[in-house]
Amino acid sequence: MSEQVCFEDVQEGQEIPELRQECSSQRLVMWAAGSGDFYQIHYDKDFAQSSGLPDRITHGALKHALLGRLLHEWVGESGRVKRVACQYRGMDMVNEDVICHGVVTKKYQRNGENIVELDVWTETPQGQKTTPGTAAVSLPSRQPT
Amino acid sequence: MAQASVITDEMRAAIGKESEPVTIEVDKTAVRMFARAVGYKDLIFYDEQYAKSKGYRSLPVPMGFLGHPVYRPDRPSRPAYVMAFQTPYRRVLNGGTDIEYHEPICAGDVLTATTKIADIVERTGSMGPMLLIVSETTYRNQAGKAAATFRGTLIQY
Repeated sequence: MSEQVCFEDVQEGQEIPELRQECSSQRLVMWAAGSGDFYQIHYDKDFAQSSGLPDRITHGALKHALLGRLLHEWVGESGRVKRVACQYRGMDMVNEDVICHGVVTKKYQRNGENIVELDVWTETPQGQKTTPGTAAVSLPSRQPT
Repeated sequence: MAQASVITDEMRAAIGKESEPVTIEVDKTAVRMFARAVGYKDLIFYDEQYAKSKGYRSLPVPMGFLGHPVYRPDRPSRPAYVMAFQTPYRRVLNGGTDIEYHEPICAGDVLTATTKIADIVERTGSMGPMLLIVSETTYRNQAGKAAATFRGTLIQY
């Protein structure tokens, strides 16, 4: 476990460590089972191609969940991931890496919680942003109230 | 001149109508399967004793997980919000996901979900004309508190 990040440590414009994940067909099958989304464009190449796609595509909701993991690993044991919202603007193909990013946009206190808002997104290995979004997390403070 | 709208009176009337409640069980194996697919290494999603030692009631849900509706072969497996309106569009895409947790959700919780269509919008994008159906699902926990809100955008084109 890395050191706990605290509210006071965070600045607007700060980038958080990226998360790079391979989305193999096995991964997509595990996601289908874990999420209950059995749409065949994600694991059946013939079906995907008959739907006009070049190949199987990574589930949008898996990219949403990976953005959640990016934040979970950043906020550490005492932080919480409260909200992740994203739009699926571009497709990510099977066997390609999905690279998750986040940048702090705002920090404030609300109802006794230390809230940090971020822009989050996923990129393809070619640098195309396919999944832009926003997120909110809460962080512990160095000065407990 | 604006194109003729594909939004029918029936669709307009459906906006804001709450669905029947759906029962959702959050169980440990499902939390582990979801966390494993996302590649989490944090043991709070796998080891209940460890999760309890960190202050959770049981395995907490990772971002994105909201349990599974209880499956019954005699009922439609698709969620109610994917209702088939008569539109000229054949293809469907997931346009976006917005999930906010208001209360901690852990394995063992039984949630009650109600869904409504929040909005229906027509737009012309790179793929031509499309219909965006925004649904909103509220998940209440066994104490009756709103524990999470899911907003999903379904694209028909």
